[in-house]
Amino acid sequence: MKATYALYTDPESAKQAIVALKEMGVAQSDIVIMSPEPLEAYEFDPSEQETSMRWVAVLGGGIGCVFGASLPSLTQLLWPLNTGGMPIVSIWPNLIITFEMTMLGAIVATVISLVRAARLGRRLPEFYDPQVSDNKILVGIANPSDAQLPDVEQALRGGELKTIP
Amino acid sequence: MNLATDSRITADLLRPLLGTSGKYYVTVGLLGAVTLMGLVAWGYQMYYGIGLTGLNSPVFWGFYLINFVFWIGISHAGTLISAILRLIDAPWRRPVTRCAEAITAFALVIGGTLPLIHLGRPWLFFYLIPFPDGRGLWPNFRSPLMWDFFAINTYLLASTLFLFLPMIPDFALIRDRATGIRRTIYGALSVGWRGTPKQWHRLESAMQIMAIAIIPVAVSVHTIVSFDFAMAVVPMWHSTVFGPYFVAGAIFSGIAGLIIAMAILRRVLRLEQYLTALHFQKLGQLLLLMSLLWGYFVFSERLTIWYGNDNHEMPVFWATFTGEYAPFFWVMVACNFVLPLILLSNQKLRTISGCVVASCGVVLGMWLERFLIVVPSLSYRQLPYTWGSYMPGWPEIAVMVSTFAAMALLYTLFVKFIPIISIWEFKDGTHPGPEPRPIAEPRTLPARGAEAAGEAL
Repeated sequence: MKATYALYTDPESAKQAIVALKEMGVAQSDIVIMSPEPLEAYEFDPSEQETSMRWVAVLGGGIGCVFGASLPSLTQLLWPLNTGGMPIVSIWPNLIITFEMTMLGAIVATVISLVRAARLGRRLPEFYDPQVSDNKILVGIANPSDAQLPDVEQALRGGELKTIP
Repeated sequence: MNLATDSRITADLLRPLLGTSGKYYVTVGLLGAVTLMGLVAWGYQMYYGIGLTGLNSPVFWGFYLINFVFWIGISHAGTLISAILRLIDAPWRRPVTRCAEAITAFALVIGGTLPLIHLGRPWLFFYLIPFPDGRGLWPNFRSPLMWDFFAINTYLLASTLFLFLPMIPDFALIRDRATGIRRTIYGALSVGWRGTPKQWHRLESAMQIMAIAIIPVAVSVHTIVSFDFAMAVVPMWHSTVFGPYFVAGAIFSGIAGLIIAMAILRRVLRLEQYLTALHFQKLGQLLLLMSLLWGYFVFSERLTIWYGNDNHEMPVFWATFTGEYAPFFWVMVACNFVLPLILLSNQKLRTISGCVVASCGVVLGMWLERFLIVVPSLSYRQLPYTWGSYMPGWPEIAVMVSTFAAMALLYTLFVKFIPIISIWEFKDGTHPGPEPRPIAEPRTLPARGAEAAGEAL
């Protein structure tokens, strides 16, 4: 994999480089950005601000709710143990199990959607620089064409320029 | 963002991971020995039977379940406080959250073990797990112990994930500095984290959603623990106020536990620049608020029982008010109400030392409260001919002491391998936003350990 990127020590310069790359026609999705902190106020990639995670959590909660209601109720119906003359399916105690399973479903669904959306659990890709952990911000593009290269280097000039040959 | 300041923060917060002193090994050895003592006592009890304990008829619940309720209460500080502070975006939360969340995870593990010890035959624990066993029987979902199983396990899983997720960027930071086996381990733990805008945004979104979900779970856990008592027709247990009373008490003791842990970490890990007087001031105010709330619940509970003058409840009431358990009761009131009121209501006394002293009192007071809930009510059941008393056996005392040692041991090991303050969150909190707001001068932090910033782990 080929890549050209620069490391910046301040977010303003990184933002300028991103703007310069966009102005030369590079799509936002082709710009690779990595930072040691969220720095969301700088909106390095505004397209990433939309997420359906909360709906996934609601869906997970719904599945948990159905499971939590079914487990005790069906169990009580399949193995009916009459205790003290109480109804076989006890609504109030079952509500407690249902509640816990609902919340568990929402939490587990949130974590699964995080892993999927943030592409976690994969090997560290080749296009990475450990200096990001030294408080540098990486801005670059993968596989730039030879024609693009001079313009890309010009756009990234504010930082410490690096290439992956 | 300032490179020098950020490097200093990284160096300071990674310092405990870089070097290990002889004192550390001695501490781990001592705590490990005391923890082992508890495990040996448990093994001895399993071999010779639960008759070694002081449990008897009518006092079937003793130290094990007192400590179970106590530790579940302590666990409430962490995730609940962290979640609330995250949701309201309190800027002072950043150095506090991980300390708090770790308390929750460890206290839940310790608390969850105690009912197993109380079982006497812990290998029958699987009876609680909802699957049809060989006899075709399922657990009784009407039993509060089943509710405990679901609530505590949900809370434990949720709290562990809530603790783990914000650690991922810090694991990546350590991975990039580590070599050899450490690099492999931290590389696996960082699950391919790179720090792209998408990853940051999704992580923060996930933390927000989990914070919203985990608050009702935390409240439900201690409510359900209170149901273990309130569902029984036992004098002074069968009360509708027990749910909120237990939740308030749990948060109260949890905050106290958090203050003590923070004070120890601050001193031992030299984190004075990070865990400042401000954090203790804020937590001290919360502790005072919870103290007043706790006092309100105790007053409501006691007044209602006294006014009702029920024949079955009054022997317990008087035993704890003026009788054989009265010294415990009044020490509890002094520790949970009088001491915090004196130390925390006055700005001059609400220092770090003042908060720690008040917190130590609260931890003692809340342990006594759990004792006073469990033992007197079982000692004075409805019929006087069943009345009895309780004195813990040596395995119960050994196990209780070892739970405190185990908590300290787990925490000691935790801070050795994981930064106790979330590095990325702390750095994020020190930076202002972009223009038009002017970029502020970086906070001056001591250069201690800065040279270690680039040092390989």
